[in-house]
Amino acid sequence: MMTKQRAASGRDRQDRRDTREDVLIVDGVSARLGGREVLHDVRFTIRPGEFVGLIGSNGAGKTTLLRVILGLVPPAAGKVRVHGNGIGYVPQKIELDPDMPLRARDLVGLGLDGNRLGFPLPSRSRRKLVDEMLRAVDAEHIGNARVGRLSGGEQQRILIAHALISRPGLLLLDEPLANLDIASEQEVVALLARIAREQRIAVLISAHEMNPLLPVMDRIVYLAAGRAASGPTDEVVRGEVLSELYARHVDVIHVHGRVLVVAGRGDGLDIPLDPAAPAAS
Amino acid sequence: MNHVLTAIVEPGFFGSEPVHVALLIGGVVAVVSGIIGTFTVMRGQSYAGHALADISVTGGSGSFLIGISPLWGFAGTSVAAAGVMDLIGVRRPRGRDLATGIVRGAGLGLGALFLYWDTTHTSTTGATVTILFGSMFTIDSSIIPVVVAFSLAAVGIVAALYRPLLLSSASSDLAVVRGIRVRTTGALCLVAIALAVSLSALTIGAILSTALLVGPAATALRLTARPALVMIWSALIGLAATWLGILLAFDSYYWPPERQGWPVSFFVVALVLAFYLLAQALPAGRGGKPGRG
Repeated sequence: MMTKQRAASGRDRQDRRDTREDVLIVDGVSARLGGREVLHDVRFTIRPGEFVGLIGSNGAGKTTLLRVILGLVPPAAGKVRVHGNGIGYVPQKIELDPDMPLRARDLVGLGLDGNRLGFPLPSRSRRKLVDEMLRAVDAEHIGNARVGRLSGGEQQRILIAHALISRPGLLLLDEPLANLDIASEQEVVALLARIAREQRIAVLISAHEMNPLLPVMDRIVYLAAGRAASGPTDEVVRGEVLSELYARHVDVIHVHGRVLVVAGRGDGLDIPLDPAAPAAS
Repeated sequence: MNHVLTAIVEPGFFGSEPVHVALLIGGVVAVVSGIIGTFTVMRGQSYAGHALADISVTGGSGSFLIGISPLWGFAGTSVAAAGVMDLIGVRRPRGRDLATGIVRGAGLGLGALFLYWDTTHTSTTGATVTILFGSMFTIDSSIIPVVVAFSLAAVGIVAALYRPLLLSSASSDLAVVRGIRVRTTGALCLVAIALAVSLSALTIGAILSTALLVGPAATALRLTARPALVMIWSALIGLAATWLGILLAFDSYYWPPERQGWPVSFFVVALVLAFYLLAQALPAGRGGKPGRG
């Protein structure tokens, strides 16, 4: 009985909007991994130029949701629709050693035609496009440096340029802030917000901590134990909504413009849920 | 002038038939190894390369027993081993090393048996040295068409898959999202590596063949940060080491004590090492600091 109520009211949080010009529609997606349901009836939409945070602790299902959207994991139920010029994807890290001969500009160029066979013919227009992308992510000065020798923040910028060069309508980033220091974190967030605004590219960024994204986030998709609540940030990040989602009492505390999500009733069993605490099961 | 020349190049060098064959086959093999080696190093598959070279011993030693060119044996077993490594390699990163190690051990065991039979049953006493350490000057020129065919196949694979291989070496996730079949590209690259080590097993021996695969590429990536230029440098360094090695080996026949001669493979590997050490002495390598190039 409890469960049913929660499901019903939870769905009301998944706000219904006109979906005609959406770049991404996630419609009632459930997913199973190894027999376990990791996503349950997740639904939300993203419009052109929107900056959306996909927030949840480790194990909440963020990575699976991104993989479903990318088409790498088939959903057990529901469907994903992508409109426009496809998805640009930014993985968490690069696997190259520092000495490996691949320059930042090579990696950006591979965003254009990395899946093609044969050698890339040197062309002026291709080079111009690569230069343009490097400039767009403030990385002109590191264009000739080896990718493996760049810092985490620089690599993120190059990966963003790699994803943007094919002019996608949606940019998907998997925990881009996970390994960054605070300064690079702010740089990357500001850059992404600028790209979303200026180029009208929608951004969906996963993170286990919402605070770095609060100033720029238009909307939020909050995941807990495979269930999602979505909508404008201040409508979703509230005690009642998150309590429903976590199936236990949750307080949302605002401190100096930052948000703290805490579970329990102050009876000595308080558990901070954000960041990185295991979600209620 | 002529005097200086004969001091470097002993008389008879350019007139000798075995030298011609050695220069031709050795040169082709060095270029192929340099190109394939670039991808071996980029993809962190040097260990797989070593294993494939070791396993080629099995086929090389077996081929002596049935009287065919060792090249067929080298290539047969190492390409087959590449397939087996891919099959049992699963997708776990560590699975790859385990699979490689297991296949390698089994292959070397068989190689030991065949080499034993080579020397006891068929009394081809030179077999062990030829298989393990090569014999550039005794290669039968009739194998040239096969060498060329294997070379074209190996270079063809990496030339066709140049961009997918580069992208998946930076991030397999990115490659998968781009629709690249990472598993297939990886398997094909392993086949190219198997062909390259078989070819250099023919010239400088199965044990030393990865020196020609990995050494020039490791040297070249110090010289430039551009992947295409690394391939070219790597091929040129391998070629220089091989041709100089052949020259020195020919000359060494006249070194004291006379009529002994030193093996070509020794010179080739020593030169590869020398080039590598020279490159290490270069400042930092290009593309090191942001803003430089």
